[in-house]
Amino acid sequence: MRLEITGLNVRFGARSVVNVDHLGVDDAEIVGLAGESGSGKSMTTLAVLGLANTVGATVAGSIKLDGRELVGLPEKVLIGLRGSRIAAIFQSPSMAFNPVFRVGDVALRALRRHGLTGSEATGRVDQAMRGVLLSPDLLRRYPSQLSGGQLQRVAIALAVALRAEVLLADEPTSALDVTVQAEVLELLRELRSRDGMSVLFISHDLAVIAELCDRVAVMQAGSIVEQGPTDQIMSGPQHPYTADLLRSVPAIERRG
Amino acid sequence: MAALAALLEIAGLEVRFGPVRAVDGVSLDVAPGPFGLGLVGESGSGKSTIGRAVLRLVPAAAGQIRFDGADVAGLRGRELRDYRRAVQIVFQDPDNTLDPRMRVGPAIAEALAAHGIVPRREAGPRLRDLLEEVGLDPDFASRYPHQLSGGQRQRVAIARALSVQPRLLVLDEPTSALDVRAQARILELIGRLRGERSLAYLLITHNLAVVSELCEQIAVLYLGRVAESGPTAELLAAPAHPYTRALRSAVPEIAASARSTRIVLHGEPPDATNPPSGCVFHPRCPLAIERCVVESPSLRAIAPGRLVACHRAEEVLAGVALSGAEQSDTVQPGAPQPAPPPKG
Repeated sequence: MRLEITGLNVRFGARSVVNVDHLGVDDAEIVGLAGESGSGKSMTTLAVLGLANTVGATVAGSIKLDGRELVGLPEKVLIGLRGSRIAAIFQSPSMAFNPVFRVGDVALRALRRHGLTGSEATGRVDQAMRGVLLSPDLLRRYPSQLSGGQLQRVAIALAVALRAEVLLADEPTSALDVTVQAEVLELLRELRSRDGMSVLFISHDLAVIAELCDRVAVMQAGSIVEQGPTDQIMSGPQHPYTADLLRSVPAIERRG
Repeated sequence: MAALAALLEIAGLEVRFGPVRAVDGVSLDVAPGPFGLGLVGESGSGKSTIGRAVLRLVPAAAGQIRFDGADVAGLRGRELRDYRRAVQIVFQDPDNTLDPRMRVGPAIAEALAAHGIVPRREAGPRLRDLLEEVGLDPDFASRYPHQLSGGQRQRVAIARALSVQPRLLVLDEPTSALDVRAQARILELIGRLRGERSLAYLLITHNLAVVSELCEQIAVLYLGRVAESGPTAELLAAPAHPYTRALRSAVPEIAASARSTRIVLHGEPPDATNPPSGCVFHPRCPLAIERCVVESPSLRAIAPGRLVACHRAEEVLAGVALSGAEQSDTVQPGAPQPAPPPKG
């Protein structure tokens, strides 16, 4: 397992918000983490990034990246891993970019922070932009001059440029139009097959998960109530909560 | 269209924000209830602006909106007041609809009192009925909005809209901010109310799956214009516009068998301040030919009750392939793209 979460507990004081017995993402695998607001899926993301403490939560248990324990690592070490080994994209890409800097400057700064020289960084970012089907010319724009879909792809390009092995995608398409969402999903699939990237895809939308993910874990009130291969869960959910979620997804045609 | 006179007729509507034509010559009819017209499109398609124009929240630069045969722009005084009662809107985000300092009961009673239906003090029994009708515990009347979930708040917004017995509802993305189970229950509620109250509504959404069960007719909008319109079942089964096909194929489906071949549109929705020449969809269209670049297609009948604005609609309707290799000679993925359209 490239990313392996075992016995993870995240709590605010006495209140436990995440209790995950086991959740793993293999090399070149896309795993969906499904759940509604408040189910703890975003707190799980923050815990993996080592950022749960920044919102006042305490983390116990084990999160391993390629066998290396992340829980308890000093902030100095985590800073080196965050971005370069584990990258994250979020629902609102405009929040991920400082509005007063050109997106290219944000990208270059991140790469240089991780030890690349100026020209290496420029080359990698340009290449990564083409890899997400964007013209490197867009790097000269400010965040407000890009659409939501373009910005989300720049955020993904940044993860690609840093050669991140694990991508945490927290509702990355929920704010996008459906045709743009289709493009971003295709891009994630390609990153998985081309670069062998592992993706933990967090979403409330089971239909998106059904199309994208190899495996899915369904989260309710901080715990995973069911997980398994996507097709199996979608066609024969064992937990009533999963079944309820599945019934709720609007479909153009209901078949069978 | 329907033999009955339309309840709402929109003819040649144009709405401009400065140089931007947010709505550019849209004509639509809504039959008397129970009837649903789905306005489907992506950000910047003008769907919400049409809804706002119907409520006179934004002025029309050209065209007409007629309700019960009367020109809405000409309504004054008593007539305008009646119109504002007859047409109600439910917004996407119930948090911004309800005053956080006002309990649910008074928030609804205010609407009743404002339209002189029931004096504020005597609104109690009516409130309880309304809350029950939208599936809420009548005791919720004493709660504040923050004590309710998103779905419950949206029910309150619907109860308040219904309280004045409207004849037409504008539902602007009523479930987009909600969790999937709450969304399903709100859609169920809309389906139930349309029958019980014989409601007519404009359902504005980006999600084709949401309209498929609740609307008799669909209009697909692109950059302020109608790309295609017609009866829901026929339009979804066999789209006549390449954009509708792409939109339809982009809707994620749980069942693998329900998924159609994904048609990925490259490039962003175009810039409304500088719309493309010819057909506004041509820069993203996998079927674009020379003619599409120079000549804007007019909205024309292609089948009974169905209108489409596409030079190649016959081929699309016949099922010509839109995906795969044939795309490569007509579009350039990754080509420099125009600036994004304004939000909203």
